[in-house]
Amino acid sequence: MSDLFRVEGLSKSFGGLAVSRNISLAMPAGERLALIGPNGAGKTTFVNLVTGQIRPSAGRVVLNGEDVTELGAVRRVRQGLVRTFQVTRLFSDMTPEEHITLTILQREGKAARILARFHGNSEVAEEVEGILGTLGLIEVARRRVGEIAYGQQRLLEIGIALALKPKVLLLDEPAAGVPSSETPRIEQALERLPPSLAVLMIEHDMDLVFRFAKRVVVLAAGEIIFEGLPSEVAANAKVREAYLGNYANARSVA
Amino acid sequence: MPTMAQTEKLAAAPIPGSRAVRDVVGVILIIAAGLAGFWLFPDNLALLTRVIAVALLVLSIDLVVGYCGVATLGQAALFGAGAYAAGIACVNGVTEPLTLILIGAVAGAVAGLLMGTIMLRAHGLAQLVLSIAIVQLFHEAANKASAYTGGSDGLAGLMVGPLFGVFEFDLWGQTAYLFGLALLVVIFIVLKFVVSSPFGMLCRGIKEDPIRIGAMGAFVFPVLLKMFVISGAVAGIGGALAAISTQVVGLDSLSFELSANALVMLVLGGLGSLYGALVGTVIFMGFEHVVSAINPFHWMTMVGALLIAVVLAAPGGLSGLADRVLPSRQRNRGGRA
Amino acid sequence: MQTILSIGIDAFAYGMALFIICIGLSLTMGLMRVVNLAHGAFAMIAGYIASYAARDLGLGYAIAIFLAIIGTIILSIPLERFLFRRIYGSSELTQVLMTIGITFCVIGITNYFFGPTLKTIPLPESLAQPVDVGFKTIAAHRLFVMTCGLVVAAGLWYLIERTAFGIRLRATVDNAAMADALGVRTQVVYAVSFAIAIGLAAFGGVVGAEFLPIEPYYALRYMVTFLVVVSVGGAGSILGAVIACLVLGAVDTTGRYLMPEFGNFFFYAAVIAIVCIFPRGFFGKAQ
Repeated sequence: MSDLFRVEGLSKSFGGLAVSRNISLAMPAGERLALIGPNGAGKTTFVNLVTGQIRPSAGRVVLNGEDVTELGAVRRVRQGLVRTFQVTRLFSDMTPEEHITLTILQREGKAARILARFHGNSEVAEEVEGILGTLGLIEVARRRVGEIAYGQQRLLEIGIALALKPKVLLLDEPAAGVPSSETPRIEQALERLPPSLAVLMIEHDMDLVFRFAKRVVVLAAGEIIFEGLPSEVAANAKVREAYLGNYANARSVA
Repeated sequence: MPTMAQTEKLAAAPIPGSRAVRDVVGVILIIAAGLAGFWLFPDNLALLTRVIAVALLVLSIDLVVGYCGVATLGQAALFGAGAYAAGIACVNGVTEPLTLILIGAVAGAVAGLLMGTIMLRAHGLAQLVLSIAIVQLFHEAANKASAYTGGSDGLAGLMVGPLFGVFEFDLWGQTAYLFGLALLVVIFIVLKFVVSSPFGMLCRGIKEDPIRIGAMGAFVFPVLLKMFVISGAVAGIGGALAAISTQVVGLDSLSFELSANALVMLVLGGLGSLYGALVGTVIFMGFEHVVSAINPFHWMTMVGALLIAVVLAAPGGLSGLADRVLPSRQRNRGGRA
Repeated sequence: MQTILSIGIDAFAYGMALFIICIGLSLTMGLMRVVNLAHGAFAMIAGYIASYAARDLGLGYAIAIFLAIIGTIILSIPLERFLFRRIYGSSELTQVLMTIGITFCVIGITNYFFGPTLKTIPLPESLAQPVDVGFKTIAAHRLFVMTCGLVVAAGLWYLIERTAFGIRLRATVDNAAMADALGVRTQVVYAVSFAIAIGLAAFGGVVGAEFLPIEPYYALRYMVTFLVVVSVGGAGSILGAVIACLVLGAVDTTGRYLMPEFGNFFFYAAVIAIVCIFPRGFFGKAQ
């Protein structure tokens, strides 16, 4: 069977410093994979390599059977490889409705049209309503994003990604910075992601990882040191060492 | 600017209706103000026409700076390109005013394409310096190509034919002024559609966060370049209007000073608001006319002090100030539940 | 051959004069991230002070330079305290507007008080004569400017790379909050750097007055040139500024000698080409 998404031998060094070493992983459709690792493990670099922000020193990124290693970030998004940001990047003066509308128009190649109306396309409006509805954002749909709660902004990040109809979704710490009272809503949104979507989640919050992921990959010092079921992670000696060895006053991973 | 009070319950009903009403009122106000100028200052119509031409330049800067976030101090290059193109065409026998305006628009758009292609390669300070270098280069080129442009003496003796073959451009500048006003209104309406189109929203997004726009799968460069072309066309029309109405094209229409002054007008009126661009131009040029008649250097001091004051006290310009006063009331009532 | 030599020497002297003025601006932009378009205004103020001291009061050239530097710095203190401090960390456009505003004010006020005429700064005997350097005679003033430029470059390099103040400055630039936490008084560092930048502008304004004559529009007339030097050299880089000044000085001087009718055409064409190829300047740091 062919994987929907895979990276093969991805490596990156800055100067003489290797920050990603020979990373390989594969994701079939419907995958729920979590990538964890201590600070400085190279998670951010990995995200940037996958999304095309930086070029790898070696290795390939393959999406849907097609080598996208040479493609820039924008082209990869158009091929269906979509990400969310660890710190929300939203337009504070626009409303959630406008964010999603703009995203849908862009997906359909209509976002740069001058002789068209932004509001008022009923098909688009319906889809916008659908997405905001699943995320529970209807009531704030016409408020400026700068005025809504941070948890809602995080949900909107996910909404933008969904509006692009991705094949592979990369969630960069989707619950970071959200007060614990609002995390259930984010978890709920994650549960409702389309089943066929392959999701790669980078996350610190272990509870969230264990509830969400079917499979876990642990990155340390730029290398994959573990790959397996969530239930096996905590017992793995290398993982324990990677985490505990890095923190003097460390807590257990689990 | 009157903001209707019924926009309070945004979440319940869609708003395009109230926005359209607001814009219709706005356009009517512009026309009314323009006609009032015509009746109140019949002896100053040349100045008022100049104000309209510069207002088009300021609108064009607003498109690039206010809606796309690209800082430029060289927009007069596009204005001057339109002015010289129309002027040269006119001297060579094209005298129909609308054709001349069209020529100005095309020349401005081409210059905008060129300027955008160069400027968008860089960011920040380098971008700003490129914009200045481009306008200076245009200035030097026009100065040197005196066979076509008249050099530092300017290109004089433009004989423009009657508008629609009927209305002669009279000595008092009545035709020129009304023609300019009509142009301004039409362009203003077109730009209103442009900035509220999907393209306009995309530009606003780019202004705030180009990386997010990239992550949405949209390329930034072609969008900005397109705005540069539109902006160039608007500036070029302004230049052509100035050429037609004064019947002269001077090197000052291609100067860094004009670019800088126009940016000041925009900032005074408020970035990212088409109304702000108009208000800023009218106030700035009105004051300039009065104060610099007394002593041009007092005028410089005043503009300087004004700029400092705007930066410190009212970063949104006059329209920002109005916006801050008006909707804040609504927010206080409706926002906190 | 003689022409090439003359061009070379003129270009070098002109480049060094530019350098002394611009390096202060390069430091403010590169290290303090402030686009100070009013930089030239300070050079001009210094020129006025020096002219007054040397011509009207009959004081010596060295004393005039000294008074000009001190006077300009003193004038700049309230400006730094009340205006510039508000725009540290603001967007470029905000900084541009504020500093253009200051420039306009300075121009208007200067003109009101001193009139629109050129102000000269009389050179002392020793600098006014030509000097024979073996293969050619050169005006002593040019040699003086060249020496000043090299001394300033070396001195600044030493200050930034080798002194305790330089360490604090670089730490503040890298991460102001961190430097603050480590006990560096960043406000003081900023104020001192600002004063140094202004002092250099003042110094350059006076010794470069032969190349860039002192008049009320000075700040606006050369604003573009100064900005160009900094963006070509790369903000914050001393070596970059030296090279940019020499290259642009050479382009400008050569253009004037060989094709005077083309004025600044080549200068700006060169600027566009260089900035397009090196968007961060020759030695600019990544932002």
